[in-house]
Amino acid sequence: MRLQYPSGIRIICLPCTGKVDLIHLLRSFEKGADGVYVVGCMEGSCQFTTGNLRARKRVEQARTILEAIGVGGDRVQMFNLAASEAPRFVEIAEEMTRKILALGPNPIKKARKKMVA
Amino acid sequence: MIVAKQKPIDEIIEGVKNADKILIAGCNECVTVCESGGKKEVAVLASALRMYFMNHGKEVKIDEITLERQCDHEYLEELRKVIDQYDIVLSLACGVGVQFLAEKYMRTPVLPGVDTCFMGVTEQRGVWTERCQGCGQCILARTGGICPVSRCAKRLFNGPCGGSTRGKCEIDKDLDCAWQLIINRLKELGRMEDYELLIPIKDWSKERAGGPRKIVREDVQ
Repeated sequence: MRLQYPSGIRIICLPCTGKVDLIHLLRSFEKGADGVYVVGCMEGSCQFTTGNLRARKRVEQARTILEAIGVGGDRVQMFNLAASEAPRFVEIAEEMTRKILALGPNPIKKARKKMVA
Repeated sequence: MIVAKQKPIDEIIEGVKNADKILIAGCNECVTVCESGGKKEVAVLASALRMYFMNHGKEVKIDEITLERQCDHEYLEELRKVIDQYDIVLSLACGVGVQFLAEKYMRTPVLPGVDTCFMGVTEQRGVWTERCQGCGQCILARTGGICPVSRCAKRLFNGPCGGSTRGKCEIDKDLDCAWQLIINRLKELGRMEDYELLIPIKDWSKERAGGPRKIVREDVQ
Protein backbone atom coordinates (compact mmCIF):
# COMPACT_ATOMS: atom_id res chain seq x y z
CA MET A 1 0.00 0.00 0.00
CA ARG A 2 2.94 2.29 0.76
CA LEU A 3 0.76 4.59 2.83
CA GLN A 4 2.37 7.63 4.38
CA TYR A 5 2.07 8.43 8.07
CA PRO A 6 3.47 11.38 10.05
CA SER A 7 7.26 11.32 10.15
CA GLY A 8 7.55 12.33 13.81
CA ILE A 9 6.52 8.88 14.98
CA ARG A 10 9.13 6.36 16.02
CA ILE A 11 7.94 2.76 15.97
CA ILE A 12 9.20 0.35 18.61
CA CYS A 13 8.39 -3.27 17.70
CA LEU A 14 7.40 -5.72 20.39
CA PRO A 15 6.46 -9.41 20.19
CA CYS A 16 3.16 -8.54 21.89
CA THR A 17 1.80 -5.42 23.58
CA GLY A 18 1.66 -7.55 26.73
CA LYS A 19 5.39 -6.90 26.86
CA VAL A 20 4.79 -3.19 27.51
CA ASP A 21 5.49 -2.37 31.09
CA LEU A 22 4.59 0.77 32.99
CA ILE A 23 8.25 1.72 33.35
CA HIS A 24 8.72 1.61 29.54
CA LEU A 25 5.96 4.17 29.12
CA LEU A 26 7.23 6.43 31.90
CA ARG A 27 10.85 6.29 30.73
CA SER A 28 9.76 7.38 27.26
CA PHE A 29 8.37 10.57 28.76
CA GLU A 30 11.37 10.98 31.04
CA LYS A 31 13.56 10.85 27.95
CA GLY A 32 11.48 13.50 26.25
CA ALA A 33 8.78 11.81 24.18
CA ASP A 34 5.86 14.18 23.58
CA GLY A 35 3.38 11.34 23.41
CA VAL A 36 3.30 7.56 23.38
CA TYR A 37 0.65 5.30 21.98
CA VAL A 38 0.46 1.55 22.11
CA VAL A 39 -1.07 -0.25 19.15
CA GLY A 40 -2.20 -3.75 20.01
CA CYS A 41 -4.26 -6.41 18.28
CA MET A 42 -8.03 -6.27 18.46
CA GLU A 43 -9.40 -7.20 21.85
CA GLY A 44 -10.25 -10.88 21.86
CA SER A 45 -7.70 -11.78 19.22
CA CYS A 46 -4.48 -11.75 21.22
CA GLN A 47 -2.25 -14.70 20.35
CA PHE A 48 -1.31 -14.82 24.04
CA THR A 49 -4.93 -14.34 25.18
CA THR A 50 -4.58 -11.22 27.33
CA GLY A 51 -1.49 -9.33 26.14
CA ASN A 52 -3.42 -6.42 24.66
CA LEU A 53 -5.76 -6.25 27.67
CA ARG A 54 -2.76 -6.04 29.99
CA ALA A 55 -1.23 -3.32 27.81
CA ARG A 56 -4.41 -1.26 28.17
CA LYS A 57 -4.13 -1.50 31.94
CA ARG A 58 -0.48 -0.38 31.83
CA VAL A 59 -1.48 2.55 29.65
CA GLU A 60 -4.17 3.49 32.16
CA GLN A 61 -1.65 3.30 35.02
CA ALA A 62 0.75 5.53 33.08
CA ARG A 63 -2.08 7.96 32.35
CA THR A 64 -2.90 8.27 36.07
CA ILE A 65 0.73 8.88 37.04
CA LEU A 66 1.41 11.34 34.22
CA GLU A 67 -1.70 13.29 35.17
CA ALA A 68 -0.67 13.37 38.85
CA ILE A 69 2.84 14.66 38.16
CA GLY A 70 1.69 17.35 35.75
CA VAL A 71 2.95 15.88 32.47
CA GLY A 72 -0.58 15.17 31.25
CA GLY A 73 -2.36 11.83 31.08
CA ASP A 74 -3.68 12.52 27.57
CA ARG A 75 -0.20 12.08 26.14
CA VAL A 76 -0.48 8.31 26.38
CA GLN A 77 -3.12 6.23 24.67
CA MET A 78 -3.96 2.67 23.67
CA PHE A 79 -5.35 1.67 20.27
CA ASN A 80 -6.45 -1.70 18.92
CA LEU A 81 -6.42 -2.71 15.30
CA ALA A 82 -5.81 -5.77 13.15
CA ALA A 83 -2.58 -6.33 11.23
CA SER A 84 -4.46 -5.93 7.94
CA GLU A 85 -5.74 -2.44 8.75
CA ALA A 86 -2.97 -0.28 7.32
CA PRO A 87 -5.30 2.66 6.51
CA ARG A 88 -6.53 2.62 10.11
CA PHE A 89 -2.90 2.60 11.28
CA VAL A 90 -2.34 5.78 9.33
CA GLU A 91 -5.53 7.32 10.75
CA ILE A 92 -4.38 6.57 14.27
CA ALA A 93 -0.92 8.01 13.61
CA GLU A 94 -2.51 11.19 12.26
CA GLU A 95 -5.03 11.38 15.11
CA MET A 96 -2.31 10.99 17.73
CA THR A 97 -0.04 13.49 15.99
CA ARG A 98 -2.85 16.08 15.90
CA LYS A 99 -3.58 15.47 19.55
CA ILE A 100 0.05 15.81 20.64
CA LEU A 101 0.56 18.93 18.50
CA ALA A 102 -2.44 20.45 20.25
CA LEU A 103 -1.04 19.51 23.67
CA GLY A 104 2.37 20.95 22.82
CA PRO A 105 5.79 19.60 23.73
CA ASN A 106 6.44 17.38 26.72
CA PRO A 107 6.89 19.80 29.66
CA ILE A 108 9.77 17.66 30.96
CA LYS A 109 11.72 18.38 27.80
CA LYS A 110 11.14 22.11 28.17
CA ALA A 111 12.04 22.04 31.87
CA ARG A 112 15.25 20.11 31.17
CA LYS A 113 16.32 22.60 28.50
CA LYS A 114 15.66 25.47 30.89
CA MET A 115 17.71 23.76 33.60
CA VAL A 116 20.65 23.19 31.27
CA ALA A 117 20.55 26.79 30.09
CA MET B 1 3.30 -12.71 53.26
CA ILE B 2 2.78 -9.16 54.43
CA VAL B 3 0.49 -7.41 51.96
CA ALA B 4 0.89 -3.71 51.29
CA LYS B 5 -0.49 -1.27 48.76
CA GLN B 6 1.21 1.72 47.20
CA LYS B 7 0.48 5.10 48.65
CA PRO B 8 -1.07 7.64 46.28
CA ILE B 9 1.66 9.54 44.41
CA ASP B 10 0.33 12.88 45.73
CA GLU B 11 0.91 11.77 49.31
CA ILE B 12 4.44 10.61 48.48
CA ILE B 13 5.24 13.87 46.70
CA GLU B 14 3.98 15.85 49.69
CA GLY B 15 6.44 14.00 51.91
CA VAL B 16 9.52 14.38 49.73
CA LYS B 17 8.94 17.72 47.99
CA ASN B 18 11.54 19.60 50.02
CA ALA B 19 14.30 17.04 49.61
CA ASP B 20 17.24 17.41 47.22
CA LYS B 21 18.61 13.89 47.45
CA ILE B 22 16.25 10.96 47.75
CA LEU B 23 16.96 7.27 48.00
CA ILE B 24 14.06 4.99 47.11
CA ALA B 25 14.59 1.67 48.84
CA GLY B 26 12.56 -1.36 47.81
CA CYS B 27 12.41 -4.77 49.41
CA ASN B 28 12.80 -8.09 47.62
CA GLU B 29 10.42 -10.02 49.84
CA CYS B 30 6.67 -9.70 50.50
CA VAL B 31 6.17 -6.30 48.87
CA THR B 32 7.78 -7.59 45.68
CA VAL B 33 5.32 -10.48 45.57
CA CYS B 34 2.34 -8.21 46.20
CA GLU B 35 3.68 -5.79 43.58
CA SER B 36 3.83 -2.74 45.78
CA GLY B 37 7.46 -2.22 46.76
CA GLY B 38 9.83 -4.35 44.70
CA LYS B 39 12.45 -3.36 42.16
CA LYS B 40 9.83 -2.63 39.49
CA GLU B 41 7.78 -0.36 41.73
CA VAL B 42 10.95 1.41 42.86
CA ALA B 43 11.83 2.14 39.22
CA VAL B 44 8.34 3.42 38.44
CA LEU B 45 8.22 5.69 41.48
CA ALA B 46 11.74 7.00 40.81
CA SER B 47 10.82 7.81 37.23
CA ALA B 48 7.59 9.54 38.28
CA LEU B 49 9.36 11.61 40.95
CA ARG B 50 12.20 12.57 38.58
CA MET B 51 9.62 13.86 36.11
CA TYR B 52 7.66 15.64 38.82
CA PHE B 53 10.69 17.53 40.11
CA MET B 54 11.98 18.26 36.62
CA ASN B 55 8.57 19.65 35.71
CA HIS B 56 8.74 21.92 38.74
CA GLY B 57 12.19 23.17 37.78
CA LYS B 58 13.96 21.47 40.65
CA GLU B 59 17.00 19.30 40.22
CA VAL B 60 16.72 16.39 42.62
CA LYS B 61 19.02 13.38 42.82
CA ILE B 62 16.89 10.27 43.01
CA ASP B 63 18.62 6.93 43.42
CA GLU B 64 17.16 3.46 43.53
CA ILE B 65 18.08 0.39 45.53
CA THR B 66 16.23 -2.79 46.35
CA LEU B 67 17.46 -4.69 49.39
CA GLU B 68 17.02 -8.41 49.86
CA ARG B 69 15.05 -7.63 53.02
CA GLN B 70 14.57 -4.56 55.17
CA CYS B 71 13.72 -6.55 58.30
CA ASP B 72 17.23 -7.92 58.87
CA HIS B 73 20.34 -6.11 60.07
CA GLU B 74 22.64 -7.74 57.54
CA TYR B 75 20.79 -6.40 54.50
CA LEU B 76 20.25 -2.94 55.97
CA GLU B 77 24.01 -2.73 56.48
CA GLU B 78 24.29 -2.33 52.69
CA LEU B 79 23.06 1.24 53.14
CA ARG B 80 25.59 2.25 55.80
CA LYS B 81 28.14 3.72 53.41
CA VAL B 82 25.67 5.62 51.26
CA ILE B 83 22.77 6.68 53.45
CA ASP B 84 24.39 9.94 54.61
CA GLN B 85 24.33 11.18 51.02
CA TYR B 86 20.54 11.48 51.11
CA ASP B 87 18.10 13.91 52.72
CA ILE B 88 15.34 11.32 52.78
CA VAL B 89 14.98 7.60 52.31
CA LEU B 90 11.64 6.58 50.86
CA SER B 91 11.16 2.96 51.83
CA LEU B 92 8.75 0.80 49.87
CA ALA B 93 9.06 -2.02 52.40
CA CYS B 94 6.27 -2.88 54.82
CA GLY B 95 5.95 -0.99 58.09
CA VAL B 96 8.38 -3.44 59.67
CA GLY B 97 11.11 -2.61 57.17
CA VAL B 98 10.51 1.13 57.38
CA GLN B 99 10.83 1.05 61.16
CA PHE B 100 13.90 -1.16 61.24
CA LEU B 101 15.59 1.07 58.70
CA ALA B 102 14.67 4.16 60.73
CA GLU B 103 15.93 2.60 63.95
CA LYS B 104 19.23 1.73 62.39
CA TYR B 105 19.99 5.08 60.78
CA MET B 106 18.92 7.73 63.22
CA ARG B 107 20.05 10.80 61.28
CA THR B 108 18.21 10.20 58.01
CA PRO B 109 14.41 10.59 57.81
CA VAL B 110 12.76 7.42 56.50
CA LEU B 111 9.33 7.79 54.93
CA PRO B 112 6.91 4.98 54.01
CA GLY B 113 5.97 4.63 50.37
CA VAL B 114 3.34 1.96 50.93
CA ASP B 115 0.44 1.35 53.30
CA THR B 116 0.96 -1.98 55.04
CA CYS B 117 -2.36 -3.80 55.20
CA PHE B 118 -2.32 -7.41 56.42
CA MET B 119 -0.81 -10.88 56.35
CA GLY B 120 -2.42 -12.65 53.47
CA VAL B 121 -2.30 -14.71 50.31
CA THR B 122 -2.35 -14.09 46.58
CA GLU B 123 -5.72 -15.52 45.54
CA GLN B 124 -5.04 -14.60 41.95
CA ARG B 125 -2.86 -12.00 40.26
CA GLY B 126 -3.89 -8.65 41.70
CA VAL B 127 -6.13 -10.08 44.42
CA TRP B 128 -4.82 -10.51 47.95
CA THR B 129 -6.86 -11.52 50.98
CA GLU B 130 -6.18 -11.67 54.69
CA ARG B 131 -5.44 -14.96 56.40
CA CYS B 132 -3.64 -14.26 59.68
CA GLN B 133 -3.63 -11.61 62.38
CA GLY B 134 -0.68 -12.98 64.31
CA CYS B 135 -2.81 -13.53 67.42
CA GLY B 136 -0.06 -15.53 69.09
CA GLN B 137 -2.14 -18.62 69.92
CA CYS B 138 -3.00 -20.55 66.78
CA ILE B 139 -6.21 -22.57 66.84
CA LEU B 140 -6.21 -23.69 63.20
CA ALA B 141 -5.91 -27.33 64.29
CA ARG B 142 -9.38 -27.10 65.84
CA THR B 143 -11.07 -25.12 63.11
CA GLY B 144 -10.23 -27.21 60.09
CA GLY B 145 -7.39 -24.93 59.01
CA ILE B 146 -9.60 -21.86 58.64
CA CYS B 147 -8.95 -18.97 60.98
CA PRO B 148 -11.93 -17.37 62.73
CA VAL B 149 -9.69 -14.62 64.14
CA SER B 150 -8.69 -13.23 60.76
CA ARG B 151 -11.63 -14.31 58.62
CA CYS B 152 -14.67 -13.82 60.85
CA ALA B 153 -15.67 -10.15 61.11
CA LYS B 154 -16.51 -10.67 64.79
CA ARG B 155 -13.54 -12.95 65.49
CA LEU B 156 -15.98 -15.47 66.98
CA PHE B 157 -14.53 -18.63 68.45
CA ASN B 158 -17.79 -20.57 68.49
CA GLY B 159 -19.72 -19.46 65.44
CA PRO B 160 -21.43 -18.77 63.21
CA CYS B 161 -23.43 -15.81 64.42
CA GLY B 162 -26.94 -14.93 63.32
CA GLY B 163 -25.57 -12.72 60.55
CA SER B 164 -24.48 -15.67 58.44
CA THR B 165 -26.77 -16.09 55.42
CA ARG B 166 -26.28 -18.63 52.67
CA GLY B 167 -22.61 -18.91 53.58
CA LYS B 168 -21.97 -15.17 53.42
CA CYS B 169 -21.22 -12.64 56.13
CA GLU B 170 -23.66 -9.88 57.03
CA ILE B 171 -21.05 -7.17 56.62
CA ASP B 172 -20.47 -7.91 52.93
CA LYS B 173 -22.43 -10.16 50.62
CA ASP B 174 -19.23 -11.12 48.82
CA LEU B 175 -17.46 -12.13 52.00
CA ASP B 176 -17.56 -15.80 52.96
CA CYS B 177 -18.74 -16.57 56.47
CA ALA B 178 -15.62 -18.01 58.09
CA TRP B 179 -17.67 -20.32 60.26
CA GLN B 180 -19.53 -21.67 57.23
CA LEU B 181 -16.15 -22.40 55.68
CA ILE B 182 -15.05 -24.09 58.91
CA ILE B 183 -18.17 -26.26 58.99
CA ASN B 184 -17.77 -27.19 55.31
CA ARG B 185 -14.16 -28.16 55.86
CA LEU B 186 -14.85 -30.14 59.02
CA LYS B 187 -17.54 -32.04 57.10
CA GLU B 188 -15.06 -32.81 54.33
CA LEU B 189 -12.58 -34.03 56.93
CA GLY B 190 -15.23 -36.14 58.65
CA ARG B 191 -14.59 -34.25 61.88
CA MET B 192 -17.96 -32.64 62.57
CA GLU B 193 -17.77 -33.88 66.16
CA ASP B 194 -15.02 -31.26 66.65
CA TYR B 195 -17.55 -28.55 65.82
CA GLU B 196 -19.55 -29.51 68.89
CA LEU B 197 -16.57 -28.89 71.17
CA LEU B 198 -16.56 -25.43 72.71
CA ILE B 199 -13.36 -23.50 72.13
CA PRO B 200 -12.29 -21.98 75.46
CA ILE B 201 -11.83 -18.26 75.97
CA LYS B 202 -8.76 -17.03 74.16
CA ASP B 203 -5.85 -15.44 75.99
CA TRP B 204 -5.85 -12.12 74.14
CA SER B 205 -2.78 -10.95 76.03
CA LYS B 206 -0.82 -12.97 73.48
CA GLU B 207 -2.25 -10.75 70.78
CA ARG B 208 -1.67 -7.00 70.54
CA ALA B 209 -3.76 -6.46 73.68
CA GLY B 210 -0.70 -7.44 75.68
CA GLY B 211 1.41 -4.68 74.11
CA PRO B 212 4.24 -5.07 71.59
CA ARG B 213 5.41 -8.67 71.50
CA LYS B 214 8.84 -10.21 71.60
CA ILE B 215 10.15 -13.71 71.08
CA VAL B 216 13.51 -14.72 72.53
CA ARG B 217 14.94 -18.10 71.62
CA GLU B 218 18.18 -18.75 73.39
CA ASP B 219 18.61 -22.08 71.58
CA VAL B 220 19.21 -20.32 68.28
CA GLN B 221 21.22 -17.38 69.57
